[in-house]
Amino acid sequence: MLSNFGNTLLFLNLLLGVLIIYFSVGEFQNSKITISKKIYQLCLFQITFVIISFLTLITAFIISDFSIITVYQNSHSLKPLLYKISGTWGNHEGSLLLWVIILTIFSFFFLIYSKNHQKNYRIISLIIQNILILGFLFFLIFNSNPFSIIAPTPKEGLGLNPILQDPALAIHPPLLYIGFVGSSIYFSAAMSSLITNYSGKLFAQSIKNWVLISWSFQTLGILAGSIWAYYELGWGGFWFWDPVENASLLPWFAMSALLHSIMVLEKRNQLYFWVIILCLLTFILSVTGTFLVRSGILNSVHTFANDPSRGLYILIFLSLMIFASVFLFFNKFKNSNYGFYSNSRETFILINNWFMIFYLITILLGTIYPIFTEVLTDYKVSVGPPFYNTVIIPIVVLFLFFMSIGPRIKWIKNKSYNLNLLFKILLASILINFLITYFFNSYSFLSNFIIISALFLIISSLLDLNKSFKKKEINSSRVTSHLAFGFLILFIGLNHNFSLEEDFNLKLGEKKKFDNYSIEFTDLKLKDFENYKAVIGKFQINNLKKNLNQFLYPEIRIYDNPKTITYEASIRSSFLKDYYITMSNVDRSDYYNIKFQKKPFMMWIWISAIFISLGGFLRLFHNAKKNY
Amino acid sequence: MRIIITLLILFNLSFVQSVAQAEKFSINPNKIFKNLRCLICQGQSVGDSNSEFAQTIKLVVKDQIKEGKSEKEIYEFLIEKYGEWIVYKPLFNKVNFLLWLFPYLVFVAGGTIIILFLKKSNNH
Amino acid sequence: MQKKIIRTSIILTIIFIIGVFFIGLSKDKTYDTKDLIGQKITKVQIKHFFENRKISEKDFKKNGFTLINFWASWCAPCRDEHPYLLKLSNEKNLKIIGVNFKDKKSRAKNFLDELGNPYAEVASDKLGKHSVTFGIYGIPESLLIDKDLIVVKKFIGPILRNDYSLIKNIIEKK
Repeated sequence: MLSNFGNTLLFLNLLLGVLIIYFSVGEFQNSKITISKKIYQLCLFQITFVIISFLTLITAFIISDFSIITVYQNSHSLKPLLYKISGTWGNHEGSLLLWVIILTIFSFFFLIYSKNHQKNYRIISLIIQNILILGFLFFLIFNSNPFSIIAPTPKEGLGLNPILQDPALAIHPPLLYIGFVGSSIYFSAAMSSLITNYSGKLFAQSIKNWVLISWSFQTLGILAGSIWAYYELGWGGFWFWDPVENASLLPWFAMSALLHSIMVLEKRNQLYFWVIILCLLTFILSVTGTFLVRSGILNSVHTFANDPSRGLYILIFLSLMIFASVFLFFNKFKNSNYGFYSNSRETFILINNWFMIFYLITILLGTIYPIFTEVLTDYKVSVGPPFYNTVIIPIVVLFLFFMSIGPRIKWIKNKSYNLNLLFKILLASILINFLITYFFNSYSFLSNFIIISALFLIISSLLDLNKSFKKKEINSSRVTSHLAFGFLILFIGLNHNFSLEEDFNLKLGEKKKFDNYSIEFTDLKLKDFENYKAVIGKFQINNLKKNLNQFLYPEIRIYDNPKTITYEASIRSSFLKDYYITMSNVDRSDYYNIKFQKKPFMMWIWISAIFISLGGFLRLFHNAKKNY
Repeated sequence: MRIIITLLILFNLSFVQSVAQAEKFSINPNKIFKNLRCLICQGQSVGDSNSEFAQTIKLVVKDQIKEGKSEKEIYEFLIEKYGEWIVYKPLFNKVNFLLWLFPYLVFVAGGTIIILFLKKSNNH
Repeated sequence: MQKKIIRTSIILTIIFIIGVFFIGLSKDKTYDTKDLIGQKITKVQIKHFFENRKISEKDFKKNGFTLINFWASWCAPCRDEHPYLLKLSNEKNLKIIGVNFKDKKSRAKNFLDELGNPYAEVASDKLGKHSVTFGIYGIPESLLIDKDLIVVKKFIGPILRNDYSLIKNIIEKK
């Protein structure tokens, strides 16, 4: 029943997509300056139908309609309601439907909120966006249909992978998709801008809020994924440079570059073609990421069920997108005159873009390099954290300094550098770094530079903040993001250097001492839960220096549907540090492998990342207020 | 001038201290574990895994550290047995040189493009 | 002109990348230790399971071919391959050396008593450390080496009918 309903809606959407394109083409003959009502209505239908089809799928998950394969494979009647719902997008088919929804929503709202822009530009954006929608809708219906049925209807579902049953992961895909699927709208707009020659400031104004929206959500989405990895994977890290994580980071860098250079286009009417490249690149990278993740071409922590035909479809679609963009771009590209002074805000934004592209290329190369070595030389190589850390981290130092100075430079032509002030800030940063190493512990040569540069950015942003408060400027979005970024790097640096990790085997009743800590394995219980059994350990952590006792309870969970064993970390978070314990059984012995970690400032890493994205939202509200 | 001097002194202090610290540790096995791929796991390092394979590798690495082998020798030994797939930091060799060089090439090229661009636009 | 060169090179790069992706899609991504084939086995010193001595690479030199088989009583697929190992143990040109991997001695003994002993020699790798010398990452795994101690073939997973005939072919050819 639900299956037929859902399928009908999807086919109707296919039809609507075609109709919208058909009537939009017809609009060119129409000499009115506004787009006809008909198209608005069609788009309204389109968005309504796609949302209803998604609600249909959610309903199927809630009532556990196992006649639908997707539900059967990813749900179970005994699962908590939240995870029944989040199961909807916790799988390939459902998440692809989410893709289509976000493509449609952005298409609709772009149409509505671009009323004061040129008609042809809007119409062609709409056409291109609908071509994208149709492409993904085809893929959804004919290759990865979430409403496919299974006969005879199974009595019970296979259940959702337990490590995916988690609140952070429940919100992770929607946030991330608003980010990188949302970038589709400025892909379409950029193509349309090239076709209609609707360029310059007006073009920048038409897309800048969409860039902000996608960037802010992408930031939050990456954060949610990272938090999930931290407490669910049980390794104690929060970033693994895994291909899937990289795939979400690539469009983020392109967006961040765009976010900055679009200001140059808006304020100075320059860098138009570069902005276009970034617009096109962002969505192309989003689709590339999806290709890498879903096709199974890479080995990764997070696996979607793989199927080569999916990979092939996305690859063909991706190639079409790339070639269309490249041909159009080169057809329209002309050398224009630039009037840049080297000492200007514009230059610093270019420098920002330079670094963003460097990070982007490095991460892209690291992610796909194993594919190249395997195809071309039959060598299997792993590109992991040590590669990224070695190549990227030293460059971050330089980047942070530019990031601090950039905002102090004036647009068009900067008259005076306040070198004295910069010098004082640098001195203060070095002093603070020195105090940190003096009172706590010293760290590697490179870490000194990282921390000093992060402090430099923080202090300089704080001074900016103070200045803008004095001037009663309300718009502190840029300072918020920059300051938070400084704190993010600072806390990651401190966390990296002052983390403590111990790995040992213990039997029940035994005690282990190291540094200032003693850990005692005091109890072991077996407990039955609704959908799993758990072996729960009780550990007493004693901080010998402060004589502070704490108990942690890591678990080994045995799930029935599907049969899986997971290792649940027990985390005691506080403002200054997290204690983190995971326990796993050692086969054929009474011992348990215990991993104890002390991770300083974890909470501050999350908070900093939230504030980075908050900066984006602040700017968005500011822009909205200015316009209405 | 005074500022510069203070600056240099402070810098040197923190630098010296960090070097002293670095010499205290010989080879940290955990660092090696993190750089090795657990071959039977999904994208996990040996350090993060408690699988049969990871346990074995940890023992062997610890033994080799005791025997006085250097970090590089340990990687070479494991690569000989399991292939380059086992190390997370690809070796700099004829297959991987592009991986290591290309990012810096991009960095230098990017800088050059910006400088050329500014030169050109200043002429107008 | 300059624009044309840039355009062509960009398009060619993209075609190249997409082409590699395309081939990559159909490539088998499973990891194995095939690089070990052709390597020479050296520096082997494993405790003997029954006797108070060590098994070394000299023990492999004596026969035309040696099959080094890693097994344990707790490993289910090891039971599946056992009948084929028993059959192979009758081959003249081949000696099978079993390496008992991370196992309890009594259980391992029971295993051999129950299913029969195909091994010319049994070694005991209690902590599993020696398995690394042979590039083992999960048992059962076996290596076929010739009398120059060169690895001829590596078997990952149980030796079943196909592998059995393959081994027979190899040892009869020479």
